[in-house]
Amino acid sequence: MKDHATLAKEFIKDSPRTDWHDETLWFVRHKRDKAAHSLPEWEQLREWASQIKNHALSNLDSYLEEFEKKALENGAVVHWAADAEEHNQIIHKIIKENGISRIVKSKSMLTEECHLNHYLEAKGIEVVDTDLGERIVQFRKEPPSHIVLPAIHLKKMDVSETFHEHLHTEKGNNDPKYLTHAARLHLREKFIAAELAITGVNFAVAETGGVVVCTNEGNADMGTHAAKIHIASMGFEKLIPKAEHLAVFLRLLARSATGQPITTYSSHFHKPKPGQQLHIVIVDNGRSRILGKPDFKNSLKCIRCAACFNTCPVYRRSGGYSYHASVAGPIGSILNPNFDSKAFADLPFASSLCGSCSNVCPVKIDIHDQLWKWRQEITRQGHVAVAKKVGLKGMAFVLARPGLYRFGGKMLRWVLKTMPFMINNRLNPWYKQREMPSPPKQSFRDWYLKNQKR
Amino acid sequence: MVFFIPCYIDQFYPGVGIATLELLKKLGCNVEFPLNQTCCGQPMANSGFARLSDGCDKNFVKNFTGYDYIVGPSGSCVLHIKDHLHDDGNKKAADRIRSTIYELTEFIVDVLKIDNIEASFPYKVGLHNSCHGQRGLGLSSMSERVLPLFSKPEQLLKKVKSIELLKPERNDECCGFGGTFSVFEEAVSVRMGQDRIKQHTANNVDYITGVDVSCLMHIEGILRRQGSKIKTIHIAEILNAGGAL
Repeated sequence: MKDHATLAKEFIKDSPRTDWHDETLWFVRHKRDKAAHSLPEWEQLREWASQIKNHALSNLDSYLEEFEKKALENGAVVHWAADAEEHNQIIHKIIKENGISRIVKSKSMLTEECHLNHYLEAKGIEVVDTDLGERIVQFRKEPPSHIVLPAIHLKKMDVSETFHEHLHTEKGNNDPKYLTHAARLHLREKFIAAELAITGVNFAVAETGGVVVCTNEGNADMGTHAAKIHIASMGFEKLIPKAEHLAVFLRLLARSATGQPITTYSSHFHKPKPGQQLHIVIVDNGRSRILGKPDFKNSLKCIRCAACFNTCPVYRRSGGYSYHASVAGPIGSILNPNFDSKAFADLPFASSLCGSCSNVCPVKIDIHDQLWKWRQEITRQGHVAVAKKVGLKGMAFVLARPGLYRFGGKMLRWVLKTMPFMINNRLNPWYKQREMPSPPKQSFRDWYLKNQKR
Repeated sequence: MVFFIPCYIDQFYPGVGIATLELLKKLGCNVEFPLNQTCCGQPMANSGFARLSDGCDKNFVKNFTGYDYIVGPSGSCVLHIKDHLHDDGNKKAADRIRSTIYELTEFIVDVLKIDNIEASFPYKVGLHNSCHGQRGLGLSSMSERVLPLFSKPEQLLKKVKSIELLKPERNDECCGFGGTFSVFEEAVSVRMGQDRIKQHTANNVDYITGVDVSCLMHIEGILRRQGSKIKTIHIAEILNAGGAL
């Protein structure tokens, strides 16, 4: 499989598109800044959010039990899934037992993580994604490239072509209003016909047993209103202790994600409507493993706002697919190695460690520090190219020995001066698009000994 | 106090070392330069091999034990020492070094509390905010955070006579150097650098300056390949320029 560096290089080949991708996401980051700076208490909110999440994660056992108890009292059915496979099986069983064929799903990164659509498709069951961006990429048989803006890698003409093919819209009509209207008509039919609606969960409240789903399109509500079964899938880290804590998180989520004060729809689901079933699937899928690692535990605080994507100078210039994972971006680079440290060994290195991700994170995850720590972990597990390891070992050997270091430095400067082609060649990635520094005739130390030392 | 010159400055940018030394002397410091210093160990650590940097760490502790202050003209190397220096055989000394090491501009502003810089630099200058200095050491406020605005490097540059300081559109975006990232993720690294340069070029600057030679080396490499007229210069070289000695 291709690694991030290779996929990023391919992405960058289309220079105007790279510029456009970078500028589009920077615009979102800029909107986020404006929203954050409009609240003098912003940093306090982040601190509260971080503390609430830390507290919830440290007391998950009791909060999960409390949540389950309340949810059951409310009339929901609660399922526990140890992994993606079990999550998918549970949902498949509900579908089969109720003899259902028409299913809609609003945005849920968890179902992406579990590859639910593929699982059900293999069993001949179609799921219609109802978030506009999700529907676009679903038509194109592509995964989302961004967790909040799934089709952000596409331009309006791409969408126009896709809709022409699948919804028979006018060829070449790139008017966003026209295209959205076509999607609306198409999705409305799906909503009305839906027998079962799957949603994600943004927050699950222990004290009430209710779940909160945030969307801008109202598609989660449209789905759940019409269908007789609602399945809400959640990773167990979505839990917060009290309903009043939503006052912190709902203010942070949309401002961090898109710069809006709040999502257009923040829907609270507590009990099934008469005649309706409400199922809540609580999923572990590797989360308890992270919970047991002090260095990485707090990555579970993530509320999936994608602010770290939008600010990341690497993500903006390499695109979501270069991360070859369901969650891309800086947060993906610390979450995915937990699933498979070999398959995602490249991701913690897909960062200049600039630290902007940690700064925008509304729940204060130390993302760039965790990237650094994952790098140590990955090389310790041996998922590193031999040449890199040998090179760094040699470097460490030389730099630990002052005499050897000075000799090596002198040699390097001498070679650069007398035989620059030895270094300035295509084997040197630095030289491909950059000049090497011009070699000075002496080192600082040489100068110091001549001019300053008495 | 004692003077820490990161390895690549020693080998490739002696002028930055000289300017830093002269500047500190001008500002009244009694500066020593330990002759057996090499590298802070960051290249290994950031590549996932922190465990290989024991030798560098030991050598660093050996060279820099027993001083009141350690000052280096590189935010990134200073941050690495602050965060990661360790020496199991000499824990106390390593801990002391971690708490007494300063980046040059933070030392001038916070420790020397110097308010007057005798320098003149009659050029248009763009300041590149290096991430490790800015976000790591807190040399200036950051655009992501909702906190009072400040900038130690800017505060000093503003004292320089005749200088025209210009901010690029994205004032604190990374240049893409990132240590070994610049080699292993060459395509993204260079693209980030080119984009940074574009925004400084839009300001028609003569120079791009910063507190980190590593970022400047990367930016300089791209500028020279492009045949640009813009030059890079370390902040110490500006603060030491043209003033009365």
